[in-house]
Amino acid sequence: MKQQIVVSGIGGQGVLFLTRVIAQVAVDRGIPVLTSESHGMAQRGGTVLSTLKVGDFAAPLIRTGQADVALLLWDANLAVHRSLLKNGGALLINSDKGGEGYRVDGSGIAREMGNAVLSNLVVLGLAVNKNALFCSEEECIAAIRKLAPAKFVEQNLRAFDTGMKI
Amino acid sequence: MNKELMMGNDAIGRGLIEAGCQVAAAYPGTPSTEILQSVINRKDQAVSPLHIEWSVNEKIAFEVALAASYTGKRSVAVMKQVGLNVAADPFMRTAYLGVKGGMLTVVADDPGPHSSQNEQDTRLFCLQGRVPVLDPSSPAEAKAMIEPAYLLSEKYEMNIVLRPTTRVCHSRQSVALVEPVKLERSSAFEPNTGRWCATPAFLPGLHRSLNAKLEQIAQEPDWQPRLKAGDNSQSRVALVASGIAYANLVDLLEELGLSGTVDLYQVQMPYPLNPEFIQHLHKDYERLLVLEETYPVIELQLAHPGASGKQTGAVPREGELTPDALYQALANFLGLEKPESLPVEGRGQRPSLCPGCPHRAAFYSIKKIFPEGIFPSDIGCYTLGMNLDAVHTVHCMGACISQGAGFHQSYKQDGGKIPTVVVTIGDSTFFHAGVPALINAVLQDARIIVIILDNATTAMTGGQPVPHMGGTADGRKTKAIAIEPLVKASGVDFIESCDPYEHERFEDLLKKADAHTRSEDGGVAVLISRHGCLMDPTVRKMQEAPAVTITEECLGCGECVEDFECPALSMDEENGVAKVDTDRCHGCGTCFTVCPVQAIVPEEDV
Repeated sequence: MKQQIVVSGIGGQGVLFLTRVIAQVAVDRGIPVLTSESHGMAQRGGTVLSTLKVGDFAAPLIRTGQADVALLLWDANLAVHRSLLKNGGALLINSDKGGEGYRVDGSGIAREMGNAVLSNLVVLGLAVNKNALFCSEEECIAAIRKLAPAKFVEQNLRAFDTGMKI
Repeated sequence: MNKELMMGNDAIGRGLIEAGCQVAAAYPGTPSTEILQSVINRKDQAVSPLHIEWSVNEKIAFEVALAASYTGKRSVAVMKQVGLNVAADPFMRTAYLGVKGGMLTVVADDPGPHSSQNEQDTRLFCLQGRVPVLDPSSPAEAKAMIEPAYLLSEKYEMNIVLRPTTRVCHSRQSVALVEPVKLERSSAFEPNTGRWCATPAFLPGLHRSLNAKLEQIAQEPDWQPRLKAGDNSQSRVALVASGIAYANLVDLLEELGLSGTVDLYQVQMPYPLNPEFIQHLHKDYERLLVLEETYPVIELQLAHPGASGKQTGAVPREGELTPDALYQALANFLGLEKPESLPVEGRGQRPSLCPGCPHRAAFYSIKKIFPEGIFPSDIGCYTLGMNLDAVHTVHCMGACISQGAGFHQSYKQDGGKIPTVVVTIGDSTFFHAGVPALINAVLQDARIIVIILDNATTAMTGGQPVPHMGGTADGRKTKAIAIEPLVKASGVDFIESCDPYEHERFEDLLKKADAHTRSEDGGVAVLISRHGCLMDPTVRKMQEAPAVTITEECLGCGECVEDFECPALSMDEENGVAKVDTDRCHGCGTCFTVCPVQAIVPEEDV
């Protein structure tokens, strides 16, 4: 099994957490995984990109047109990171506007749940629901339980579950 | 074997603990910061006593680790590539004098650069400093290098550099854990004036011994370039790569179905290279492609007439060697079908100061009071004051005060009106390299306003402790070194502090500071802009956060969006007025006075 995934957003949206959840699923299943993340200046509200390569790879970066899946938490990043996705790759976008790919107003849903940052897990739920990712629902739940701070676990799982049911 | 998903920097931190490192000192800087943070987080996993410190700057971190090594213990100094410039003085001399207990200097490079003021290559620095340097290609490899690197350091009594790059530092990978070694060493410093105090009389001998050691290290069997042999379908052709470029190349060859068709060398120790390896490449290959970040360090040493690389322009000379750039170079070198040209990507959202950031309020007032001012600034989040046009220069740690002084001296000698020079420097940067510059500005009578942006933390790198808060890396209370007495002792007579959220008072103090710099018996004026960083949850909890809204009074002039540049404010394209992004707004209220018609208000007032 090999899968190349990009997670795109802006600093503060929970791109890193979402990346870690997906990577944790690979680890729990015993598949090798490599990720890369944006840190430093870009985290101050600028465009950030994580990449994940699941399976037998040596390096975490993804070449243009090679990503199997793209999860976009900030729809304006489509113009920036669209080119990483391969032809026929799965595109999932947090957006309240219509357009290309599977879309969900994750921020709107998350805001109603009390915290707009939870949009990251709404999008994860949607991706799992659409069978875009190598992860199963149960595996994601286990990974979220492992990684989320104790007091936020239930809230995180609710956001994920909402995405699953769209 | 027990495995953990670890960030490269965490893998290095764990590796230091496994290898029995007992003194770890660092100054934070992307992409190196999480290395010391990992040592702090994993302190309980250490089996020997462990001193960890966020030193005031990299030179100090290096010297602390160095002396610990003189006592026979294993130590490490950690910094980013430009931090090595600050530590260059002791670093260069250490090559000659050597160490006792194993000493590593972990220097994280930032090809790209992603979060740095240049993309200098520490491997080239090591070539000039005559220091062996290791270039890992993954988090797991970086960790696996640490114990052998300490052994190498102790065998030759040399400081050894481990040079990860951003993509190794900030990758995550499953990494195997190893039991930490228990070394049970007690400090035993042996004075040796001919070595530890080496005067010029001793240095030719030490230099000779350094050269001899480098020759031997180049021959060390464990650190020779590793060959993945091809199937001879590409005869007398080889690929030579190091660091993350090697890992990217492995993936690319696999993707193209070319794995195992061409000889591929991984260089783990780019300096010193074994002369026998160089001769072998000269003898057995007509053409080489050399892939490395960021400068042609291996390529230079190989001096191979058939080498393609950065020297020849076959590989881009600047920027990150991304898989796409690598593909282009490989396709040209092997005569593959030319890759499709890359689509033009948008630039994405630029970074900006956070909503509620006290620096924004300070910058807005500075720009408002001194529209004709000159604004040198420095390294940190507040570099982003350039978005508000309140930052004119950003150079290197501490430079703003000296640059401010230079601007003043230059304008003063022309005899006309001297512009107001307002420099902004963060609290951590002030302690790092600002204090000598402030003393110099006072001494040379440079009439400048120095604004110390005191947010009580090292914000850009994620909130490391600062000297005026008085705490150690692992959270113990120590003596706090307050800013005001330090400024006073530097000879400054005008010292004020103010929360920049209080626009009116802050702006009044700016005017008074300007008057002080211009009065006959005046001098340097220091204003401390004091408000906690909003990334700190306790700061957020402590301040009121009313919901903010925009009334129908809004003219759509865009001043709040353009001049104040808060990420929570934007223009509503449909009806041409400003809007508040309630997900991002912290309700700080610093934007209320920005609106010319007072249309930005707390929701409860509507």
